[in-house]
Amino acid sequence: MSVLAHVPTGSGQSAPLPAARSGRYRLLPYLLLLPGAAWLFLFFAVPLFQLAAASLYDPSGSLSTGYALTWAFGNYPEALQAYWPQFTRSFLYAGIALVLALLMGYPLAYAIAQKAGRWKNLLLVCVIAPMFTSFLVRTLAWKTILSDNGALVGLLRDVHLLGADGRLLATPVAVVLGLTYNFLPFLVLPLYASLERLDHRLLEAASDLYASPVRAFRKVTLPLSMPGLVAGTLLFFIPASGDYINAELLGTPNEYMIGNVIDSAFLVRLDYPQGAALSFLLMAAILAVVFVYLRRAGTDEVL
Amino acid sequence: MTRISRWLADRWVMGVALLVLGYLFLPIAVVAGLSFNRPSSRLSYDFNEFTLDNWRQPCATSDMCEAVVRSVQIGFIATVAATVLGTLMAFALVRHRFRGRSGVNVLIFLPMATPELVMGTSLLALFVSGGVQLGFWTIVIAHVMFCVSFVVVTVKARLAGMDRRLEEAAMDLYANEWQTFRRITLPLVLPGIVAAALLAFSLSFDDFIITNFNSGTTVTFPMYVWGAAQRGIPPQVNVIGTAMFVIALLLVLASSLPGRRAKRPS
Repeated sequence: MSVLAHVPTGSGQSAPLPAARSGRYRLLPYLLLLPGAAWLFLFFAVPLFQLAAASLYDPSGSLSTGYALTWAFGNYPEALQAYWPQFTRSFLYAGIALVLALLMGYPLAYAIAQKAGRWKNLLLVCVIAPMFTSFLVRTLAWKTILSDNGALVGLLRDVHLLGADGRLLATPVAVVLGLTYNFLPFLVLPLYASLERLDHRLLEAASDLYASPVRAFRKVTLPLSMPGLVAGTLLFFIPASGDYINAELLGTPNEYMIGNVIDSAFLVRLDYPQGAALSFLLMAAILAVVFVYLRRAGTDEVL
Repeated sequence: MTRISRWLADRWVMGVALLVLGYLFLPIAVVAGLSFNRPSSRLSYDFNEFTLDNWRQPCATSDMCEAVVRSVQIGFIATVAATVLGTLMAFALVRHRFRGRSGVNVLIFLPMATPELVMGTSLLALFVSGGVQLGFWTIVIAHVMFCVSFVVVTVKARLAGMDRRLEEAAMDLYANEWQTFRRITLPLVLPGIVAAALLAFSLSFDDFIITNFNSGTTVTFPMYVWGAAQRGIPPQVNVIGTAMFVIALLLVLASSLPGRRAKRPS
């Protein structure tokens, strides 16, 4: 099933699918589907083709003079060459943020699923609750926390982890921290759903058979939480690598990710062919990463 | 020995979990704190002086409140449309067997796996090539698009977990199909539909990336914050942020109460 099918759903038996009982039911599912599917087709699928076409426009055109579709495949290598650093930076930052998020998110999901007892639901709400505030307002709050005059920077300077004029804001650290923070709940929720189903007796059995806690974790807990881990990783990595809000608000142009470039290509420089080519490259790169990752992780059920 | 180490392992995991929760809530606390701040200058993000002015006059900068109202309008329209479209699709997918099912599933899954950036730019490419004027309605179209999939997934989960025998019992007791739907099916699915609608509204209200590409000169609340971040943020932004947090929290707590009651008798 889909990645998001791992979001907690509550138990209960799955309803059997009744075969179409009579002729008048045969059209019903299509009627139910038609409006939604048409909407998704018109405003999700068709635009992707439009974007593909735009990425092959003659790059010498402009919004005012109009674009001609000249199958200019050269747009792709050109865009890639011009913005290679931002591209690699996107995946580097998203990757580091993912590792940090795993280090924080796994214990959190595990504790809620296995250790929280009757506090489980409350803690789960606590994981989602930060997302109730606007994404941008939350990110701006990090500007206050990491501020040069703030307590955190002061503390780090006092213990000499930062130089006397060292700073956190407007550095890669701030951007990675922001990415980690903003997408952490997307990682925790599917992980929680997997870990919640983990039968505690399996761990007891492992320890009865003289497995150390570390070994029991590696051989029992980790493999059984794999579906949630894979789903959570993807739900974290896909938006994180395409994000540009954190880089814009917490970083400087030196920390710009590919999203910043695409944003300015479409909205500032009005270079549609280049922006479209970069968008497509981003999607292709993400799909490639996802595909390789799923093959490695060996869980077919995720897609 | 194992008992001691297990005791330690238990506390260790819970300790880390609480620290991580602290990390998640730190910015919320800062937002709430800054909503009582009188900043020293327009571009300062540091706490300066306690004041209640921001809460007394949340609309002191009137364009911010206009943006909030516009976001609520867009969120409301997009939520109603996406909830209706998505619920119909969920019923078709759970209750019927038909050709083209896997194709529809892919069409629903893909928008959730596609980076927002790609959806935003591709819609922009479509609107521009079609000569559509960007504004309020293009934002609504975009929001309905990315909300539908989440509605389908949420309602589907509720429908799939439903006990079909309740409907069969109603039919055995001579309820016709409409009565069964109205009296049995709908009340049982309703919590799922409400949850889906709340999710859709919060996705719509908070969306920045897709909106940014398709808004033209129309300003939603996230667009306003984005613009203001360059010129200096009015402290009232934090009032809105705090109020959103409190309202959403109350809604979630309220909507979880009847759900718990419905689950109990079994």
